Formats: sequence, C-alpha cells, structure tokens
Amino acid sequence: MKRSECIKALYPEFETCLVVTIMGACAQELYDLGHRDNFFYLQHAMGLASSIGLGLALNRPQERVVVLDGDGSVLMNLGTLTTLARYRPANLIHLIFDNGSLLSTGGFASHTASGITDLAAMARGAGIAHVAAVSTLYEFMQAAADAFERRDLSVIVAKVEATGPDHFGMDLKLPENAFRFERYIREK
Amino acid sequence: MTVSRENSKALYAGIKAAGIRFITALPETWLVYLLQMAESDPEMCLIEVAKEEEAVGIAAGAYFAGTPNVMLLQNHGFLGAINGIVSLAMLYRVPLCMLIAHRGHMGEPYPWHTQGGIVTEPVLRGLGIPFDYAREPGKIGRQIQEAYTFSRSSLSPVALLLTRDLMEGDV
Repeated sequence: MKRSECIKALYPEFETCLVVTIMGACAQELYDLGHRDNFFYLQHAMGLASSIGLGLALNRPQERVVVLDGDGSVLMNLGTLTTLARYRPANLIHLIFDNGSLLSTGGFASHTASGITDLAAMARGAGIAHVAAVSTLYEFMQAAADAFERRDLSVIVAKVEATGPDHFGMDLKLPENAFRFERYIREK
Repeated sequence: MTVSRENSKALYAGIKAAGIRFITALPETWLVYLLQMAESDPEMCLIEVAKEEEAVGIAAGAYFAGTPNVMLLQNHGFLGAINGIVSLAMLYRVPLCMLIAHRGHMGEPYPWHTQGGIVTEPVLRGLGIPFDYAREPGKIGRQIQEAYTFSRSSLSPVALLLTRDLMEGDV
C-alpha cells in the first residue's frame, strides 16, 4: 500500500475537514491532488502536526479535524499520544502513515522498520481507545470509514511503502498557507 | 520562600481580563496556584502537555481556531520548545503569547535552575522574541494585555518573564 493511494482515496472526504499534514512527501501528495484553504502543511517543526490538530479539534468541536502524520514525526513527539488520549477530542482523526523510513530526509530506517517499534501498540498504551493497525488499502478504507462514522478520537496506523513523489514544490508560501487556513476557519 | 497566592490571583485575573479562555501548560512550582485556578474555572480550558514543544502546536491550533490563548511554562520548557517556536510559530507567522516562569536568576537557591535562568534572556534576544519582565502585581494585568495584543499585531511570539519578585511571597 502506498500513502498516496490512501490520501487519494480520502481526498473527497477532506473537502469538509480541517486537514493538517506533516512535511515533505505527505504534504506534497495532498497538495498535488489540489490545494484547498482548509489544508495546512507543516513543512517543519516535526512532530507538531498532531498537536496543531489537538488545538484545532478542542476549539472547533463542530469541525472534523484530520491529521496526516508519519512514523518519523510521531517518534519526535511521542508525548502527543498521551496528551491526545487524556483530552480525547471526539472530532479528531489521527492517521499515521508508517513507512519505517525518514523518507524525506534521505530514506534512513526509522525505529519502526522491521517491526521493532509498534506505534499502534504505543497509541493503545497511551490510552487511546480506538486504534487500528492496517496494511492494505481495503483495511485502511474500512478503518477510515469507521473513524469518520465514530464520534471519538481515532488513530489509524497504516503500514505503507517507503515511496514518495518525484518532485517537491508548492505555489504557496508558508505564511500564506497559515493566513489562508486561519481565514478559512474564521469565515466558516 | 513560598509561591505568592495573592500575586498568582492577580496574574490569573489579568489572564481572564485579557479575554483568554484557553491555556496550554506544563506544571511548574511557581505556576501551581495559577494552574489550580485555571483547572477549577468553568470558563477556562486548561490543557496540560507532556512536553512544552507540544504546547506550541496546540497554541497554534487554538489560534487558527480563533480562541484567545496563552502558554504557561517554565523557562527550561521554553528552551526545550525552541524548534517549534522557530519552525512553526515564526516560520508561519503564528502569534504566541508565552508567560514564562523565570527560574534560575537572582536569588535562586537551586543550582539546577541556574544555567537555564542565565541563558533565558540572551536566547530570547537571539531569537528576536520581544519580551518584558513582570515584577509587580499591580501592573501584571496590563502587561498580559499588552503582550497578548502585541503578539497578535506582530504575528510573533512574545514572552512575559514572570520574576521571583512577582511569583514568590509570604501571602
């Protein structure tokens, strides 16, 4: 399974959500499907996408918030799993694409490679009630459908191939992305 | 010396008067009464984090969502959160209003606080983060309001350093 397939499959759902992505390949794959002002790409500050999602979800309980995260980023902010579990925003879906690799920075193996570290088990251990671990697109879509239907914090750890786009670049300056995202929410 | 309950009340009143309804924090001795007040205030949402850098992300999310918020943290937590402050807040022009317990400065009896205390001001200057010292309970309300206002107009992190004069006392 490729992350780009998962993102493409959920893209229509994202139209009405607030979406926060991590840097690099993940951000690019979403952007390439067509940018919307309800998408925020965190191109640095690794680990904080889920924290931004938490701040959004707690303050906009009527909106659905989706975080597109990765193993490398989650490993940089493991405490976020415990904070998410404690405050349990019902409107937050945390998708962790686990490619076992720091793909966007040279493809070095992450601690989840070869099954050494199990992020789904860590999320469960943190106290998150709804955690799915999936490795096929069918399973991913099933878990995503459950998550979108359920009104409770949901984490999906999707094992994906360590592949990304062959190009990087957006016609969107970083503060411009933040300004448009903030305005989208304000005017909604 | 103990933490001043009365000055903590003045500080909390200042936070409320500035319209703040969302606080991210990591518990710290000088902030104990503030956090207790926030926790028992039905009008306030208090989010306690595992590490201060998380609070930068949560504060950014709250800002995007339109909720006036502040971060309460110790200066060592500020030092630990710098990548988030630089590569989220400053990079994307997201305002942050940080109320920072300035441990490890004049009068500090505990050796473990000292290095962090000594470097706090130079690090703030190095990062170009506007800051002010809060020393008097009578001025703290206005200082919080001004720090918050400036963070929003400048789209920058702004720090208010909560000093020993303000945070410690017999009452």
